Amino acid sequence: MSSSQPEPWVSLKDIKKNFAEANPGLKQKEAVEEANRCLYCYDAPCITACPTGIDIPTFIKGIATDNLKGSARTIMESNPVGASCSRVCPTEELCEGACVLNDASSPIMIGDLQRYATDWAIKNEQQLFQREKHTSSSVAIIGGGPAGLSAARELARFGHEVTIFEAEEKAGGLNAHGIVSFRLPKDIVEWEVQQVKQLGVRIKTGVEVGKDIDAHLIMEMFDAVILAIGMANVPKLGIKGEELNGVYDAIDFVKETKTRPLTKHLAGKRVAVIGAGNTAIDAATCSVRLGAENVKIVYRRTQKEMTAYPFEFEFAKQDGVEFQWLSSPSEITAGKDGNVNGLKVKPMKLIQSMNDKRMAPVPIEGAEDTLDVDIVIRAIGQSRHSSLIEAFSIDHDNGVITVDPETLATSKENVYAIGDSIFGKGQGEAMVVSAAEQGKQAAVSVHKALTEKNVHLA
Amino acid sequence: MADLTTSLAGITSPNPFWLASAPPTNSGYQVQRAFEAGWGGAVWKTMGDPILNVSSRFASTTFNGQRVAGFNNIELITDRSLEANLREIEETKRKFPDRAIIGSIMVEPQQEKWHEIVKKVEAAGVDGLELNFGCPHGMAERGMGSASGQVPELVEKQTSWVKEAAQTPVIVKLTPNITDITFTAQAAVQGGADAVSMINTINSLAGVDLDTWNTIPNVAGKGAHGGYCGPAVKPIALNMVSESARHPEISVPISGMGGVSSWKEAVEFMLMGASNVQVCTAAMHHGFRIVEDMIDGLNNYLDEKQIYSVNQLIGQSVPKFSDWGELDLNYRVVARINNDACINCNKCHIACEDTSHQCIDMHKDDQGNDILQVREEDCVGCNLCSIVCPVDGAIDMVEAPRQTGDEPMTWNERQSLLSLMPAK
Ligand SMILES: Cc1cc2nc3c(=O)[nH]c(=O)nc-3n(C[C@H](O)[C@H](O)[C@H](O)COP(=O)(O)OP(=O)(O)OC[C@H]3O[C@@H](n4cnc5c(N)ncnc54)[C@H](O)[C@@H]3O)c2cc1C
Ligand SMILES: Cc1cc2nc3c(=O)[nH]c(=O)nc-3n(C[C@H](O)[C@H](O)[C@H](O)COP(=O)(O)O)c2cc1C
Ligand code: SF4
Repeated sequence: MSSSQPEPWVSLKDIKKNFAEANPGLKQKEAVEEANRCLYCYDAPCITACPTGIDIPTFIKGIATDNLKGSARTIMESNPVGASCSRVCPTEELCEGACVLNDASSPIMIGDLQRYATDWAIKNEQQLFQREKHTSSSVAIIGGGPAGLSAARELARFGHEVTIFEAEEKAGGLNAHGIVSFRLPKDIVEWEVQQVKQLGVRIKTGVEVGKDIDAHLIMEMFDAVILAIGMANVPKLGIKGEELNGVYDAIDFVKETKTRPLTKHLAGKRVAVIGAGNTAIDAATCSVRLGAENVKIVYRRTQKEMTAYPFEFEFAKQDGVEFQWLSSPSEITAGKDGNVNGLKVKPMKLIQSMNDKRMAPVPIEGAEDTLDVDIVIRAIGQSRHSSLIEAFSIDHDNGVITVDPETLATSKENVYAIGDSIFGKGQGEAMVVSAAEQGKQAAVSVHKALTEKNVHLA
Repeated sequence: MADLTTSLAGITSPNPFWLASAPPTNSGYQVQRAFEAGWGGAVWKTMGDPILNVSSRFASTTFNGQRVAGFNNIELITDRSLEANLREIEETKRKFPDRAIIGSIMVEPQQEKWHEIVKKVEAAGVDGLELNFGCPHGMAERGMGSASGQVPELVEKQTSWVKEAAQTPVIVKLTPNITDITFTAQAAVQGGADAVSMINTINSLAGVDLDTWNTIPNVAGKGAHGGYCGPAVKPIALNMVSESARHPEISVPISGMGGVSSWKEAVEFMLMGASNVQVCTAAMHHGFRIVEDMIDGLNNYLDEKQIYSVNQLIGQSVPKFSDWGELDLNYRVVARINNDACINCNKCHIACEDTSHQCIDMHKDDQGNDILQVREEDCVGCNLCSIVCPVDGAIDMVEAPRQTGDEPMTWNERQSLLSLMPAK
C-alpha cells in the first residue's frame, strides 16, 4: 500500500455495518439451554442484586417453557427499559455477580437471556401493558431518558395524565443518543418509548423547558412535576487550545453518530480521548468504527481508578484502543492550518488523597510529552443543568439536586427529581438501571401524594 | 480387565450388552455393524407374518432441554419377509460366530403356527428364541403381542407349544402393561420357558401438538397409543426385574431391559438379578458406538471393585429388596447441610417448607452470611432436600443415633406383637 494516508484497520466500505449491534445475541438453542441451566433459586440473590428487582428466575423459566410473552412481561414489569438494560447493564457487578453458580460452575447469562426475551417481544410487536384507570391528576416529566420514561409508564398505569417534555428530537435520553449504537441500537430504544406512548403518555419532543416553556408555568399547569433531566455536556478541560478545529465534546460526538448520517471525516486520523469513563470508551470505540487510524485513551490515573465498566474496557481493548495511563493533558497544539496537530501531556504519579477514596494524581515535575494527534475528544464527565435547576428554585449541591432518598421529593412541594440529575459524588452510580428504578420509586411517591390530595379534596 | 462373558440359559456372549429386538436389529447389515461396534448379542427384530407400518411412527419426550428422556413408538414387527431375515441371520452368524443371535418371533395363538416358525428360525442357526408377548399396539389388536402377554394362561400355553418344537433356549419377553408382572413370568416358567426378558414398552401417548391439537405422533391427523421406553422407564423396568428375581416361583434367568443407557444401568439391572441387559433407545439415540463406553465403563467399574467376572454381580442386591412391611420403623436419617459446599440457592428450604416438613430455616451466621440449617428434631428424613439440591455434597442424609427403646422393628413384627397382646 503506497497511499500516504494509512488505511484504517476497520473497513469503511459499509460504515453502517460498523455501527450495527456488536453482540449477535443468543440463538434459540443457546437461550433454551442456558435457561434450563438456571436453578430457579428460591429468594434468589440475583433479584436483590438487580436495582429494579426483576424476578429473574421467573423470566428465565418463561424462556425454558416457551412462554416468551410472560418472560418479556416479567422483565418489563419491573424495568420499563429492560430491553436497553439487557445490553448496557454491568451485569457482572449486578445480577450475574450474585448468581449462586459463580462458585459452582459459571453464572447464568442473565443479561443475554433478558435480551433474548425482550427481542422476542420487539420482533412480535407485543404491547405488554394496558392502561386500566383514568384519574383527573396530571403530571409533567421533564426529560424523556430512562428515568423519565420509567416514571411516565408507572404513572400512566396508575391512571394519571402524563406529559413528558423532551428537548431532543427523540425521546430516550442517553439511551437514544449517548450510548453508541453498536451497543444499543436505536430501534430498541424506540420500542421502549413506544411502549410508554401506547399507555397514553404524551411526549412533547423538541421542547426545552426553561427556554421554550417557563419552569413556573409547568409547576402551575401540573399537579406534580418530575425532573429527569440527566446531566449536561462535557465540561471544558481548562487548557490552552480547546477552541481549535478538531476538538470535540464526547457526548456531542457520539450523538452525531446516532442522529446524523455517518461520515468518513475521521478516516485515517489519530485520536486522543481524554478521560476513562464509559463516555470515553464509547467515544474511542466510535472513532475506531469511523475509521480512525489510531485511538488512544489518555487518563490522569490508572486502570484501577477508571470508572468504565470492566466489560467496556475489554470491548475497547478488542477494538484496538490504546490506553495511556498517568498522563494529564496540558495543551492542545495546532498546525499552520489551525487544525489540531498535537496534545501535550504531563506524566503523573498517584498519592494518597485525604478526601477521596481514589488515589490523587499529581504531576511529576519537569517532564512533558507531545502526542501527535489530529483529533482530541473531551470525555471527563458531564456538567449539570444548573440554570434549569435554579429556575425551579429547588435546593441543589453544585448542580446535584437534593432529594429525600425515600420519596425522591425535592425541597419544593410537588416537585421530584430522579436519574442522573440526582447522581452526585459518592451517591450511587449513574446507570440506566438505577435511573429506571428511581423512575418507578418517584411514580409511587407522586401517586401516593396525588391520591392523598384527592382524598382531602373529596 | 474383568471377564465380561455372560450366559443366559446357556446362550453365551462376550459381554452382557445385547441389542433388543427393535429397529436397530432390522437387518443383517445393521446387526453386523453393531457386532463390529462391539455388541455382545442381538435379538433380531420380531419376525412373523409381514405387516404394514404407518408413517410417522416415533416420538419422544424432551424434558428441560434433555431430548429423548423417553421414547414412544407405534411401529409393528418386521416389515421384511421371513426369508430375507433368515438368510441374513445365517450370514451374520457365520461372520460373527461368538456373538449371540436370538430370533424374536410372534404369530397368532395357534399351535401349528408356532411350531412352523420355530423350526424355520432355528434352521437359520439362531442361538435361541425370544417370544414377543409384549408389543402393546397393533399386533395386540390382532390377538398377538401384549394381548397374549396379558393373559397368564395364553402365555403358558403358547410357551409350551414353542417348547414342543424348540431345540434352542426359549426366552419369553413380557409386557409391563399388567398389574403384577410376576403372574405372567410364572406362567412362562410353567410353560417351560428357559428365561424371561422384560420389559417391553409401556402403553403411552407421547404428547399433543399445542397448535394443531393433533396427537404426537400422528398419522394423517389421527393417533393411537404406542409403547414407551428409554431412560424414563428404567425405574419401572428395574422394579419388575427385581420383583421377578426375588420371586421363589420364577426360577429362570432374566434378561433385563428398559432404559439401559450406560454401563451404570447395566450394573443396576444385574445387581437386581438380570443375567444380561438389552438396549434399544440408547442405540437409536446415539448409534451403535454407544456400546464402547458401556463395555469400557463396566470393565473399569469391575476392576475398581476387584470383581473378576461380571457374573458375580448377578442378584447381589436382591436380598436387600423386600416388602415395605419388612422395613425397620425405628431407623432414622436426618438431613445435614454442609454450609461450605452450599451455594445458597434455597431450593431445599422452599421444597421442605412448601411440600415436606417445614424444618429447613434460612438464617444469618455470625458474619452475616446467609446460611441454611436443618432442625433435625423435626426432620423426617424424606430425602427431598438432598434430591433437589443442585450441588453434590451440600446435603448429606446422616444416620440419627437410635434412642433407647428404638430397637429395630418392622411393621410386620409390630403387627404380630400386637396380635399376641391380650384383647382388652
Ligand atoms: C457515553 C455513555 C455511555 C454510557 N454507558 C452506560 C452503560 O453502558 N450502562 C449504563 O447503565 N449506563 C451508561 N451510561 C449512563 C446512562 O446513560 C445514564 O445513567 C442514564 O441515561 C441516565 O438516565 P436519565 O434519564 O437520568 O438521564 P438522560 O438519559 O440523560 O436523559 C435526560 C433527558 O432529559 C432531556 N432534557 C435535559 N434538559 C431538558 C430540558 N430543559 N427540557 C427538556 N428535556 C431536557 C435530555 O434531552 C435527555 O433526553 C452511559 C452514559 C454515557 C454518556
Ligand atoms: C421403535 C421400536 C420398535 C420396537 N419393536 C419391537 C419388536 O418388534 N419386538 C420386541 O420384542 N420389542 C420391540 N420393541 C421394544 C424394545 O425391544 C425394548 O423392549 C424396549 O424398547 C425397552 O428398551 P429400551 O428402554 O432400551 O428402549 C421396540 C421398541 C422400539 C422403540
Ligand atoms: S429430609 Fe425431608 S423433612 Fe427433612 S429437611 Fe429434608 S426435605 Fe425436610
